[in-house]
Amino acid sequence: MLTHHSYLILSAILFSLGALGVLIRRNAIIIFMCIEMMLNSVNLAFVSLSKYLGNIDGQIFVFFIMTVAAAEAAVGLALMIAFYNNRESVEVEDLNVMKW
Amino acid sequence: MDIQTLFFAVVAAVAILSGILVITCRNPINSALSLVMTFFCLATFYVMLDAPFMAAIQVIVYAGAIMVLIIFVIMLLNVRVESGKKYTHGVLIGSIMAVLLLFEAFYFLNRSSLTGARGMIDANVVQNVGHVELIGRAMYTDFLLPFEITSILLLVAIIGAVILAKKKI
Amino acid sequence: METIAIPAVNLAAIMPETVLSVVGMILLLINVFLPTEKKAYLGYLSLIGIAVSLFYTMNGWGTPQEGFNGSVLLDNFSHFFNVIFLLCSALTILIADQYVQREECNHGELYPLILFATTGMMFMASGTDLMTIFLGLEVLSIALYILAGFARNNVKSNEAGLKYFLLGAFSTCFLLYGMALTYGATGTTKIAGIAQFIAQNSILSKNPILLVGMLLMAVGFSFKIAAAPFHMWTPDVYEGAPTPITAFMSAGPKAAGFAAFLRVFLVALPMFKAEWTSLLWALAVLTMTFGNITAIYQNNIKRMLAYSSIAHAGYALVGFVAANEVGVAGILFYLLSYTFMNLGAFAIIILVGKKGEPNNNVSDYAGLSVKHPALALAMSVFLFSLMGIPPTAGFVGKFYLFSGAIKSGYIWLAIIGVLNSAASVYYYLRVMVFMYMKAPEEDFAWLKVTPAFFVTVVIAIAGVLVLGVAPQYFLKLAQIAVMI
Repeated sequence: MLTHHSYLILSAILFSLGALGVLIRRNAIIIFMCIEMMLNSVNLAFVSLSKYLGNIDGQIFVFFIMTVAAAEAAVGLALMIAFYNNRESVEVEDLNVMKW
Repeated sequence: MDIQTLFFAVVAAVAILSGILVITCRNPINSALSLVMTFFCLATFYVMLDAPFMAAIQVIVYAGAIMVLIIFVIMLLNVRVESGKKYTHGVLIGSIMAVLLLFEAFYFLNRSSLTGARGMIDANVVQNVGHVELIGRAMYTDFLLPFEITSILLLVAIIGAVILAKKKI
Repeated sequence: METIAIPAVNLAAIMPETVLSVVGMILLLINVFLPTEKKAYLGYLSLIGIAVSLFYTMNGWGTPQEGFNGSVLLDNFSHFFNVIFLLCSALTILIADQYVQREECNHGELYPLILFATTGMMFMASGTDLMTIFLGLEVLSIALYILAGFARNNVKSNEAGLKYFLLGAFSTCFLLYGMALTYGATGTTKIAGIAQFIAQNSILSKNPILLVGMLLMAVGFSFKIAAAPFHMWTPDVYEGAPTPITAFMSAGPKAAGFAAFLRVFLVALPMFKAEWTSLLWALAVLTMTFGNITAIYQNNIKRMLAYSSIAHAGYALVGFVAANEVGVAGILFYLLSYTFMNLGAFAIIILVGKKGEPNNNVSDYAGLSVKHPALALAMSVFLFSLMGIPPTAGFVGKFYLFSGAIKSGYIWLAIIGVLNSAASVYYYLRVMVFMYMKAPEEDFAWLKVTPAFFVTVVIAIAGVLVLGVAPQYFLKLAQIAVMI
């Protein structure tokens, strides 16, 4: 029987995977994709909770999270392009002008 | 095991597998495509959870817009395949943290019960009224203010993209 | 087809935010027609907007306005924080003009972005719905990512923006996951609704899902206020960002983080006070100790102030742990005085810097007192206040925070706080030793105090001294404000 547990655990797995990716990868774009994955796992948690609570609020929250993700994508990729223009790289190990 | 659970298990397995691919692929393009796969799996779950509108915008906004933007930037910056070591030295700490997170989630979520106040929206209501209408109604009444704040958010993001990435300003 | 009944739109509840965002949009339009050398006019126009917004804030004191179906509540608590935010952005705009001209990143978008960031901070303080708080936080964060990378030809600034973005977005995920679990446990995103639900269902205290939610939200907010061990981004971002933006970031957004943190935990989760006070106790001790010890080793003054700002977040957390009226009012008072002293100190850092060679090392301050005694004196006042020496605002603020902790029985926490504050004297005094005891190595000929800087420094000194000599009035206001 499918319950909210199944979905919450799946979302926890995806969240940890995303967090792991953020911590171990070097490429800023991949780190950003991992962050997107974490946001998506949050979305999954919200939608499943919303369904099992019979309450639409959680889905509205998902709507806003998507908007924020889009805005973050625009700004984040712009920052990466600006960084690339000066350093020819998007690897976090090149984020080293100041000590990390 | 009923058919729904079986379906859930299969799609969940695909989602987790492609999630693992996202963080292990050497080539950023492969990572991006795996991420698209994860997004599609999540869209499937949204349909199973009686949220078809969420599924639609998941595909349109995430897989359609955001991922295209990311792939476009990967191409634009001509990001090469990571050579040699692809991980930072934080592998150990990262793995420990992720395992802890996961353990915590399993431990706590399995013992928890969903105690929140129950609403009255179930599959029938979604069928009869329509999901889009339910969402729209809530968004333009109860959550009008957050909706308005979103407009400022998008404006800020537009300014940011222009000011940071335009060749000549 | 029935029509949708749109709930009563109470514009009075969002008036300060509305004014700022409208002014920001008008400035964007004007910006298009202004030549580069006249962008400073935008700064003056935005000061007018801030003044109008301040008028609405002051005017509404004492009459709480609720609106948008419980999404926002403009009460005394948010009024007090709004004053901090407006003050912070006004002082930032005053000191920004000279810096952006010098560093040749004089884009007019700077001023609207600061105004939008302030709007976000105000929504964080007055939001009573997790969604409003989250969106306010994101408006603020996205504006700050852009501002941190604003000097886009400067590698350090690029790097600061990118780092801040990656870690900020990462922390947002934790905050959101916490909000999701809280929503799952209580079935609502309204703070009042959460509090009511928990009060009515005492079995919830056994439900771990809410506890995990609370923990994750605490992690998310700790990132935003730069509490150790979630402070990694602070030094690099503060060092790399354009100096006026560093000043802005160290005072305003930190206060906004505290505003949301306080409202969520004090109003929505008072039943879990025992749990979160023990968590915050550890955070406070770690943050203070780590911030102060690392600051001792810094030679770059911006980096030193970054670590010192971590330490100051720790002091404010002491008041949070106390969670009584004195302690929480102490936080508000302390954040107000921190805005004055930190912005004043950064104003002088901008003055001493020059193009290309930013002059940010402590040794660059050698002999400042010989060439510019007034500036050295002003810097000393700010440093004394940061140390917490009477009769400055820093002393009074710390006094209230620590006495709040003692009142709640956290004697050890107060002792650790006082010890830390004593340790911090070393690195602040070092700057003063350079200013007063060393012979000047440079002539500081480039140093020119424009009227805007004069006004900023005078306001900051006046704030530090008035809050230090006659704190009762402001403390009274803070105590009224924390009755949420």
